[in-house]
Amino acid sequence: MAGSTPASPTVDAAPVVVRATTRARQVTPWTEAWRRFRRHRLAVAGAVVFVLMILAVAFGPLIWRVQINEIDFTAQLQPPSWAHPLGTDDLGQDLLARMLYGGRISLSVGLAAMVVSIVIGTIIGSIAGMSRGSIDAALMWLTDLFLSLPSVPVLLLLIYLFRESMKHLIGAELGTFVLIVVAIGAFRWMIAARLVRAQFFALREKEFVEAARALGASQIRLMARHILPNALGPVIVAATIDVAAAIITESTLSFLGLGFPPDIPSWGRILFDAKDNLDVAPHWALFAGGAIFLSVLAVSFMGDGLRDALDPRRVI
Amino acid sequence: MSRYLIRRLLITIPSLLGISVALFTILALAPGDPFGELATNPAIPPEVQAALRAKFGLDDPIPIRYLHWLVAMLHGDWGFSFVSRVNVDTLILQRLPTTIAVIGAAQVLALLVALPVGVLAAVRPYSAFDQVVSTFALMGFSLPTFFTGIILILVFSIQLDWLPFVFRADLPGSGLHWWWAEFKQSIMPIVVLGLFLGAAMMRFVRSAVLDVIRLEYVTTARSKGLPERAVILKHIVRNALIPVVTLVALQMPAVFGGAIVTEQIFRVPGIGSLLISAIQSNDTPVIMGVTFVFSCLVILCNLMADLLYGWLDPRITYR
Repeated sequence: MAGSTPASPTVDAAPVVVRATTRARQVTPWTEAWRRFRRHRLAVAGAVVFVLMILAVAFGPLIWRVQINEIDFTAQLQPPSWAHPLGTDDLGQDLLARMLYGGRISLSVGLAAMVVSIVIGTIIGSIAGMSRGSIDAALMWLTDLFLSLPSVPVLLLLIYLFRESMKHLIGAELGTFVLIVVAIGAFRWMIAARLVRAQFFALREKEFVEAARALGASQIRLMARHILPNALGPVIVAATIDVAAAIITESTLSFLGLGFPPDIPSWGRILFDAKDNLDVAPHWALFAGGAIFLSVLAVSFMGDGLRDALDPRRVI
Repeated sequence: MSRYLIRRLLITIPSLLGISVALFTILALAPGDPFGELATNPAIPPEVQAALRAKFGLDDPIPIRYLHWLVAMLHGDWGFSFVSRVNVDTLILQRLPTTIAVIGAAQVLALLVALPVGVLAAVRPYSAFDQVVSTFALMGFSLPTFFTGIILILVFSIQLDWLPFVFRADLPGSGLHWWWAEFKQSIMPIVVLGLFLGAAMMRFVRSAVLDVIRLEYVTTARSKGLPERAVILKHIVRNALIPVVTLVALQMPAVFGGAIVTEQIFRVPGIGSLLISAIQSNDTPVIMGVTFVFSCLVILCNLMADLLYGWLDPRITYR
């Protein structure tokens, strides 16, 4: 029922002119998408900021060599200075070092949870999209069921119940990380599954799939080689949104005091510790919250640009 | 219509059962045992332990335990809070009105902001207003509620000292003065949640209006010579709002997440903060009860949205 209003000013860009010279430059769908993405200025800015943040947390601790747990009671709750560029917390620990370390955790939770949710979603969506009848109906019922579970309370419940045993199993840091990543991923796959299923429904009767089937391609090969690559666009967009949502969810859990323990300062955890000292050390909360906000905003802008670049028909 | 209603109500039952199975499975899979402390307590002889376990049915297979649990839940026996020594259902019922009031007020605020802004943005797509508003909406969407809450506390409670940042359930005084204090302490929680919801809702409204605005019946309305105001309010917005109803209902799980955080920041005594304090004190019956109530609320909202949708959109056939 969409009218003639374009989803975005960039999608109706002039079609690529294939030069009439003897050797036309090859335009793959990816170069075309990249060309459209570059036009979306905010999206490019978001991508640049996000890459810079990843580089900063990856290499920052190699340059800024202060320990995250170096307690210094002579320098409690100090505002930013040359010795501590982002100030210190209530134990006199350097906030820049903690923020860099926390960024590693927050961003890797975001990316890892995205991978989990996309993998689960793609598998369930493909199975539902290839099979007709009862399997499809059952899987979609499951998807709807998960969509109507309130994710934060259920995540809190999961973490409360499994935290201790994961700690004993593989250690405090890795245990919490795996638990949080799997839990977030397990409650975010529904959108990817629906998108993949919708794409399968649209593609599986197309001529090129028919042709491959006529050539004797197996069901698995049809899925993996012919249909999935064509369904990738919306999935990439969903993946970007998932990264942002996972970063927010992890910080929410940590902010509620149920994510990472205090000796593993993810950004949400830093904010949780900072919120009782708002009146004396506002910088503490502002840096942590600002980092979460900036990363989520950058990823969201990227997602917006990718949606226009990869998915001009705007599937929600 | 009544057949549609009955059908839709019947669909709700398997969802509720599914959710109860999911929650019970999580609980059953979890390591640890409610009698774990008894086992390590040397004062209790093993025979008594075994008798207690048999009495509470802990050694039964999981499906049987699920049935027992379900029957108890249906009878209104939600268990007993370990910490506050009150029945879980009374505890939740005490707290539920506050949560519903906060969420309801936030939804109303979100609608009041999102509707006019979203419609205005969509009426002139890609204008300066639209671009600014859309950018702000994306920012509002990316600002986690706990960060906006902290910024509001910093500005309005600490710097300006206008608003209290701890919500008090037992405000003294009465009459007009009491209402004013109640209003003042409710502003920040409602604004935090409302703006977060409003940002997402504005995007829904904008894209829904964009879908409708170029349809032929709108052109017809314009060519009849109707004033633009009437075309927008009577023809476009009415139809554009139909999908928005569903999207608002789909957003409910996120709303409850936001409500838990908001209640925790401002110490609003609702079921969200009850959940957090129950988790901190290992009060499993309360945790299960609150999670189940949240799930039921989500399903209830979906049900209401579906019914509303059927009523708003005559094209829906009541099969």
